[in-house]
Order: sequence, then structure tokens, then C-alpha cells
Amino acid sequence: MKAVQLNRRDFLKYSGFGASGLLLGCATAKTNMLASTLQGATAVDTSPETLNLFVSIGSDNRIHLINHRSEMGQGSKTGITQIIADELDVDWQNIEVIQGLGNYDYGSQNTDGSTSIRSFYSKMREMGASAKRMLESAAAQFWQVDLAQVEAKNQVVINKVTGKQLTYGDLAELAAKQPVPDVKLLTLKNESDFKFIGKPVAAVDLDDIVTGNTVFGIDHEMPGLLTAVIVRCPVIHGKVKSLDDSAARKIPGVVDVIQMPETTLPVVFNPLNGVAVLATNTWAAMKGREALKIEWDLGKNQDYNSKDALAMMAETVKKPTKVIGKKGDVDAGFAKAKTVIEASYSVPFEVHAPMEPPMSTAMVTGDSCEIWASSQNPQAIMKHTANLLGTTEDKIKVHVTLLGGAFGRKAKADYSLEAAFLSKASGKPVKVVWTREDDIQSGYFHAGSAQYMKAGLDDNGGIISWLQRVSYPSIFSTFSPKDKGIQGFELGMGYGDLPFEMENYQAEASSARAAVRIGWMRSVCNIQQAFALHSFVDELAHSQNISTPKFLKAIYGADRKINPKEEYNFKYFNYNEPLKKHAIEISRYQAVLDKLTQEVNFDEKLPAGQGWGIAIHRSFVSYVGVATKVEVTNGQLKVLDVHCAIDCGTVINPDRVTSQMEGAMIFGLSLALMGKVDIENGAVVQSNFHDYQVLRMSQTPNIHVHLIPNGNYPGGVGEPGVPPLAPSLANAVFAATGERYRTLPLNKYLSV
Amino acid sequence: MPMIQLNINDKNYEVDAPEDMPILWVLRDLLNKKGTKFGCGKGLCGSCTVHLNGEPIRSCVTPVGIAKNSKIKTIEGVDETGAHPIQIAWKENNVPQCGYCQSGQIMSALSLLESNPKPSDDDITNAMQGNICRCGTYPRIKQAIKDASKAMESKS
Repeated sequence: MKAVQLNRRDFLKYSGFGASGLLLGCATAKTNMLASTLQGATAVDTSPETLNLFVSIGSDNRIHLINHRSEMGQGSKTGITQIIADELDVDWQNIEVIQGLGNYDYGSQNTDGSTSIRSFYSKMREMGASAKRMLESAAAQFWQVDLAQVEAKNQVVINKVTGKQLTYGDLAELAAKQPVPDVKLLTLKNESDFKFIGKPVAAVDLDDIVTGNTVFGIDHEMPGLLTAVIVRCPVIHGKVKSLDDSAARKIPGVVDVIQMPETTLPVVFNPLNGVAVLATNTWAAMKGREALKIEWDLGKNQDYNSKDALAMMAETVKKPTKVIGKKGDVDAGFAKAKTVIEASYSVPFEVHAPMEPPMSTAMVTGDSCEIWASSQNPQAIMKHTANLLGTTEDKIKVHVTLLGGAFGRKAKADYSLEAAFLSKASGKPVKVVWTREDDIQSGYFHAGSAQYMKAGLDDNGGIISWLQRVSYPSIFSTFSPKDKGIQGFELGMGYGDLPFEMENYQAEASSARAAVRIGWMRSVCNIQQAFALHSFVDELAHSQNISTPKFLKAIYGADRKINPKEEYNFKYFNYNEPLKKHAIEISRYQAVLDKLTQEVNFDEKLPAGQGWGIAIHRSFVSYVGVATKVEVTNGQLKVLDVHCAIDCGTVINPDRVTSQMEGAMIFGLSLALMGKVDIENGAVVQSNFHDYQVLRMSQTPNIHVHLIPNGNYPGGVGEPGVPPLAPSLANAVFAATGERYRTLPLNKYLSV
Repeated sequence: MPMIQLNINDKNYEVDAPEDMPILWVLRDLLNKKGTKFGCGKGLCGSCTVHLNGEPIRSCVTPVGIAKNSKIKTIEGVDETGAHPIQIAWKENNVPQCGYCQSGQIMSALSLLESNPKPSDDDITNAMQGNICRCGTYPRIKQAIKDASKAMESKS
């Protein structure tokens, strides 16, 4: 086994936000861990022979493959299976996918940061190939021949001399006794021999989804289970001053009313203070909650208003602040420039709103706890639940259900900790159900932000000088009692890593007060930073009377690789990938631009009120360009067409990559057109889908996805589609109307 | 409290529930039929869509009391083998991402095709307007409904 030591900051330790932890080699055969996984995940009535952590084969030729990552619609459960199965060389019909329990032996299970494929592509190939080699070794031993004389293919091992065959099932028991091969000696398949990788394999849960046979977090059942609905203090770090639960306790089905512990500072993933109603069914718990009479001590955050906070951020970015990246001398650059342009942008607070709100069941027994959760990060649940209960992580067993969407929300372990707290307090298994109101009002919010941009251009429209400032509450505020400023990984998302040729450059950043839990939402700080960046690039192009695609081509400049440390003295995290493996390559931006200009005629003469906009953004080490066509008539904005081109390197499942891009366009449209969370007197104003609106079918444009496959290492897919949508849309509206909208969402200005 | 008689997917059930309990929670918590999902609790997202006497309703806001002597159809009653043309079209288009809203999407689509076998694009959009998919599967839902419409036409 090979462990990769990662340089993790404290933040990563607390949040689990990062690419990967321990990366596994091939584990020893038949570990206890796997046995418990199989037992825990599903009833397996065969007795599979375990070849490694991810592969076990039954004598009946059933192939059990572990998916250790969470499935929330992004398709990695299918993708991981494709990768292992390809190298193992088995029939797809024989595969049963088993969801792995939370366990560090798998490496990181934090299904976050668009990492499932990019972090595990090579490892999963090795797992499949290693198991295949063990089957070959078993056959060689059985026939008493050299390993070179046998070959595994299509779930049989062939004796190349005699032509005899043994199935994987025949060999399973013997194979499990073979030594684990050295990874370096494994031969991986040639690309041309792939039978699953690169193919549009249908999602493994498809049949269950269309028959209503799926198990999400909300669907977990067990004997004696109580359902809890919690009223949380509307203002963070506020608490219950007085409680009258007499009416609630009278509601049939209500079993108990329990006060939640005081909110910790920092909050991390600990429960929020409030009151839980436990009942024999969800409806009774909801009615019980409505019947509670609570007086709150709202605490110091009740003075917080997001409108004022955003105005203050907008003021902050007008003045010099902490420099985080620098090249040359921007003042000298501006003095030389022929044209100087400046603009300010703002994106409000947002919330994830997955269709399944957070849901978790916990059963505490003695010093142990078993949890079933729609979670992106079972290892975070293990760690933080162990802390909460005063026990050790090995006592926390976490089952990951299917996730009804997540978008970063379910990487936080808080709702499992609530369930664990209530199970311990009540002595019963407890399922915590979040209502939609809970989800909108007590989330881990995408931070509202302000950004200032200033550029000086020369006679030819080249960038002589570039100054940018940004302000928002840092995600770190959720994990640290002290404001330590905006973190490097946040600034590394389309802010400190610009791909343009610039003589002089300066980037500054200033964090803002956090008065709600700040989290990460699909594509994180790329949302606001890409919006400002690509809106501003469009403004610069228009100022030069050059089409934006042509302007982009010019400012990308010469084909080269960009190292933000060398270029801007900015310590760049590169989504936890080495720059050697995943460089910032101008040629890949150019290829995306070329693809879009092939698909879309940006110079086309359009009817009045119509326009195209474009934005190309690299995030999660993939490159995505979006071209959006809109029509604005009498104040009504209609999005007509969206073209999305993605270069995510090697594509495992083209259909799932395409579906992720479709979904990212729609997610991006939701936030750009309508997404806004307001905080008044410390409490979130919006409460459900009537006032936190997300895109519906009637607002959905035609979406065309273009994959640009190449031999590069796989990049992220779940998130990178989101950032370029909003700026491409605002740019299209400008092209259509001449109006530049620099604050999202656009329904502030137009009917959508 | 008198027992409430229900007919769900052509089977009779008797449940001990207050009349104001929404059908959603009767299905999920009392009858262990988990295919129908909770999304908003206010009739805003359509995840909980079932048919009541053939009409699509939001079961999260429909009290079980009004379903007495009525027929309820849920996702489990469409075709448990997944062989209904709608389910086939859903699979052929690889519609779902996370899958959570899809029971409700399918029930709304089924209702549309039962009342309007050859819907126009606008008909589809109108019928599906109440069903949110946060993953963004709308383009594929639309295509799947068109495909199912064709398949059902050639079948009949």
C-alpha cells in the first residue's frame, strides 16, 4: 500500500474540503472492512471472494464492485464502476454496485470539488487490473503453467496453449489467496481496448429511479425509528430563552421534545441551537414543531442585514486592501494606458436547495453510532460525530444513501450530528428531516460578494495594467473563531489564476463579516469571480469595438502554460492537483474558443433585442466555454440558446458529462436569473420555492453540449459548467440591449 | 379515530391517520411506499405528485381525508418492471441525474399523456411547469415525453 502525504492546512482538516486524503494501493485480500461493507450495504446472499477493497467476485460469477463516492446525480457511481469494470474485464450485466461505508481505507470519500473521477481514475484502473491479475495468477496456479500462458478477458481466463477456459467465478476462491500484485508491474489496457471507459453507459440506478425503488436519505426505515423536525434559531449563535412545549406534546404521534445544544463558535458541523420534536411520523413532528412556543435570545447577529453588508463590501473594494497577487507596477501601467476602464460587480448570497433537503438517521448504542445519510462526505460524519459523542471514529459506522441532489450542501455533516445528538438524548433511532424552509433558511450559504475591476489598455487593445479587488465572508469563518481573511483556495477560483497576457497586475482581497454559516456551493467562489471577470472582459472588448471572441483570442496571447506563482506571485492551489499534471494551458482555452466560434456565428446580424454573449472559464482543472443567446422585449428576458463546450480531458462517460453540462447550464441560469438570499435582522427572508426560485421548464433554453475529448488527465465535471453561464448571459443581455447589468440576479432589472 | 379506507395502485388499504395528514406522509410513513418524494411541503415543486382519480395532485398538501373512496396512483403503480412507455422513454433518454424528483416528473408526464396523447411543446411545458428539477433534466424530460407519446400512439 502506498500512502500519499498531503500538505493539508487546518482548514482542510476541519472541513474536509480538499481533493483527496490517503490514496490506496491494492489492499490485502479480504479485509474485515470489506466484509462489514458488504454486510452493511446490502444483503449479499452469495459468498463473494474479495480480491481487494473494491472488487469481489462470487463463485456464481456475480461481480461486486464498491463505489466509495457519493452519488448525487453527477454520475460518478456509474463512472467509478465503468473504470474498475473495464480493467477487470467483466460483463456489465453481472455487476452489482455496492455503496461503500465511510472508511478511510478507500482514500477520500469527500465527494466534493469535482474530484471523483480526476482523483480516482488511475487508482480505480489499478484496482480493476490488480484483481484481474490475481485471477490470472490463480488460473496459472490451477493449470500449473506460467502466468504468461494465461489471459483474462470477458470474465474468463484462457489458457492460450490448450484453449481451456475458467470463469472468474470458478477462480474466485483461489484468486483471493494470490498475493496482491505490485501496482508497478500491472499492465493497464490500451485506450483502444476500452469497452466501458469513454462509452455512454446508462446510470446504474436508472431502473430503480423510474420505478420509484430508490433509497435516499429520507427513505431509510428501521424498527422503532422516530422522525425529528427541528426549529433552529433563526439567527446564528442565538438560543432558546424560553420554551413552552405543552401544546406540541399533546399532538398524537409526538413522543418527545428535546432542546438542541448551544451553537458552538466556530460552528463547524455542530448542531444549531433550537428545539426538536420527535414523533412516530413526519407529519406529527411537523405539527408538533408548529405548536412550540419559543422565545429566542437572538444574540449579536440580529443586527446583520445582507443589503447593508453587500453595500459595505462594495465600499471596501473601492479602496486599496491586502495584496494577494502582483506583477509589475499597476499605477505605472495605468499612467501609460490609452484607455482606462473600471467597473464593480456584485453577487448575492445563494443557497443550494437540492430537491431532497438534508436527511440523516442515527442510532446511538453505548459508545457507538450507526448513521444513514444522504451525505457527500461520510468521513466528515465519522470525525465530527465522534467528537460530538465523545467517542472514536471507529465507533461511527456511516451508510451513504443516494443523495437527492447536493451541490455542496451535503458535504456538511451537521444534520447527521443533529440526528446523533437526538438519538443519544432519546435513546431511540432518530431520523432528522429538514423541511424546505429549514434548507433555505438554515443552510451553509454561498457568500454574497463585491468585486472591483480596473484595466488599462494600450493602442492595440492589449492589457497594460489590471487591478482587481474582491470582498466576501470566507468559508473559513465556519471553521475558525477568528477572521483570517479570504483563503488561498477561494482566491484560486478564477481570481488569482487569470489566463491573460498582462504587463502589470495586482489582485487584492478583503474578507467581510460572516453572520450566517458560510459554505461552498457548486463551483464555489468561481461563481462570483467568473461573473465579474468575464463580464469585465466583455466590457473591455466592447470598449475597443472588437467582438469578444476576437478580443479573447488576443488577450490569451501566445500558447503557453501559466504558473500563477511565477507570474503573479500568487500561491495557487490548482484544485489540489500538481501543475505538472494539470497545467493552465492557453491552447486549451483557445480550443474551447475555437469550438464555440465553429458552433456559433457571433457576427451574425440578429433581430433587434437579440444578442449573443460568451465566457470561457477554467475551474476544477477543466475548461468550459458558454455562448448564450437571449432576446429582450419590453423588459422580458428570454434565454433562447445555450452552447456549452467542455474540455475535461479524458471522458469516462460522455452521456453523463453531457448531462452534467445541461444541468450546470440550468443551475447557472437559476442563480443568474433569480438566485438571491436576503438576510434581515440576522435571519434569512426567503423560505421556499416561491421566493427562492429555481429554473422551471418554461425558462429552459435549447442547450447544446459539445465535448472536446483529448488525452489529458480527467478534469472535474460536476462544477466547471456553472461559472461561465452567468457572465455569458449578462454579456448577451448587453449585446441585445446595450444595458450592462453588474449585479445578480437579473430579475432585479428584467422579467425572467 | 375511524380508520380511513384507501385504494392505492388498485389495492385496498386501511390506515389509522388523522384526516388532515397529507397523502404524502400516509404513503411514506404509514404505508412504507417511499417512491413518492417530499420536496417542499407547499405544493411548489411537484416531487410528491401522485394521481387522485386520474388527476395529478401534490400529495404534500392534499389531506388524506379527501381521498376516501378515491383511487390513488403512485410511481409504484405505473409499472413495477419499468416497462411502461414513459419509463422506457425515460431510460432511453437517460433522463435522471439524482433521480429524486423523477417520480413526480413521471406522474405529471403520465397524466399529461393520458389526457393529451399528442402534446405540443407548449402543452408539455405547461403540464410540467409545476415540477422542479434542480439537477436540470428538463431538456431530456421534454424529449422523453415526446418519445413516449410516439410509442404510445403506435401501440394503440
